[in-house]
Amino acid sequence: MRFMMLIIPKGYEKAAPGTFPEAKDVEPMMRYNESLRKAGVLLALDGLHPPSMGARVSFKGGKSSVVDGPFAEAKEVVGGYWMIQAKSREEAIEWARRCPAGDTETIEVRQVQELSDFPEDVRQVVGKEFKASAP
Amino acid sequence: MTDQRAERILEAVWRMEAARIIGGVTRLVRDVSVAEDLAQETLVTALERWREEGIPENPGAWLMAAAKNRAIDSLRRRGMMERKAAELADAVPSSGGSGEAAEEAVLAALEDDGGDDVLRLMFVACHPVLSTEARVALTLRLLGGLTTDEIARAFLVPEPTIAQRIVRAKRTLTAARVPFEVPKGSELGARLSAVLEAVYLIFNEGYAATKGDAWVRPELCEDALRLGRSLAELVPDEPEVHGLVSLMEIQASRTQARQGPTGEPILLLDQDRSHWDELLIRRGLDALGRAEAIGGAYGPYTLQAAIAACHARARTAAETDWVRIVALYDGLVALTGSPVVELNRAVAVAMAFGPEAGLEIADRLAADSVLESYHLLPSVRGDLLEKLGRKDEARAEFERAAFLAKNTRERTLLLGRAKAL
Repeated sequence: MRFMMLIIPKGYEKAAPGTFPEAKDVEPMMRYNESLRKAGVLLALDGLHPPSMGARVSFKGGKSSVVDGPFAEAKEVVGGYWMIQAKSREEAIEWARRCPAGDTETIEVRQVQELSDFPEDVRQVVGKEFKASAP
Repeated sequence: MTDQRAERILEAVWRMEAARIIGGVTRLVRDVSVAEDLAQETLVTALERWREEGIPENPGAWLMAAAKNRAIDSLRRRGMMERKAAELADAVPSSGGSGEAAEEAVLAALEDDGGDDVLRLMFVACHPVLSTEARVALTLRLLGGLTTDEIARAFLVPEPTIAQRIVRAKRTLTAARVPFEVPKGSELGARLSAVLEAVYLIFNEGYAATKGDAWVRPELCEDALRLGRSLAELVPDEPEVHGLVSLMEIQASRTQARQGPTGEPILLLDQDRSHWDELLIRRGLDALGRAEAIGGAYGPYTLQAAIAACHARARTAAETDWVRIVALYDGLVALTGSPVVELNRAVAVAMAFGPEAGLEIADRLAADSVLESYHLLPSVRGDLLEKLGRKDEARAEFERAAFLAKNTRERTLLLGRAKAL
């Protein structure tokens, strides 16, 4: 099973472009990442620039429209993620609990949908989608 | 606190901590068997306490501390406490003494040391005094944190068989006084090979089950990948570790494409490549890059990974670089002298230079009769004969292959091919 651990830092929704965590907070986080790697569970990880550098694309009425960040209505935003392989939901939660996150941070643990989770008809469509998009 | 919840969390935490706990305790009591017994006792206590008092704030640290305390009690019972502290005093001049000081010295020595204990434990679990079967079982048990029942189910053998295998293996290790250390110098290469072999055997049992109705058991593949990825961080300078990880990542990337809706196997070239896992392919290619960056001649796992990478890079089966694959197989045959590898080379040669050229190699293998009971030899010959339009011979080969195949799914596939001719 794969799980995404999404970190939600309070205040990041209003962070200025180019905001980075402080060096003193990065160090324990690096040690945490290293522990995930050494345990053989880490598949991927990334940190995300604040929403003030991003945009939101919505599709109301079948038409796309773009709003540049920051987004006034956003109460919480994702600051980064880890993708891990775990045997169970409990294990994924335990890994999340070990994160040296700060007072204002939350980690949301979500299971990743894998092809084998889908019913057969969806699997078939997933395959075809990929083929249609291949050049 | 419901009983089940405590049990599920304990199970999860044990999987995360088993290797570190057993490793740490082994370093103290110098005997894997004693260490594992202590760890098991700790688990029993943990379940009782967690049910009554709730899950501790840091369950992993709780388990580690409880196991350490048990180890210290055990040393004290055996009157080894002072000796242990004296031993440590030799290594660390400021520690030692008796009573509380001794206990503190021992505790300090048990602090996490960045994974060295896990690495030592891997070398012990895969020690050459043990049979290959025992190494596999012990690795899953001590490093993977699996129960004997889980190992038994994964390998489709009765639980008592695995339990006995593990008991015997631990006895062998104790009798042989296998040291708890990472081998050095010239010994390291051979010992590391034994570790890699055990990990790959676990992976393969999950990837191409040798018995039973299911063709793949992805859980075992995941266990092996986890062990391999962990090993790659613990011995990052060994190219073959990255080669093995690369090979496993790329092979695992095809898991979803390797079986059809009813679980029937789908061969590599017939697979829907859109079902290959991009993340695992990328990880596999990265690991291959790490192996290559270290340099030196390609070892057997790196060669196999490089072959797997040729397939992974091809967007369609037709785009496969078969000439490069043949060259890599040449290297692998030279390195291993294995007839199974030679058979794979025959397939690659057929793809690169035509079925006739491939059949020539397969025929030579058949004449040597070293692969007499290996179902894939007639299966490959059947395939090549079919391509050459020699239908009757092809049918006979597929039937022979079906007769030799032990996996139900594979047998059905082979009989289907015979029938279609």
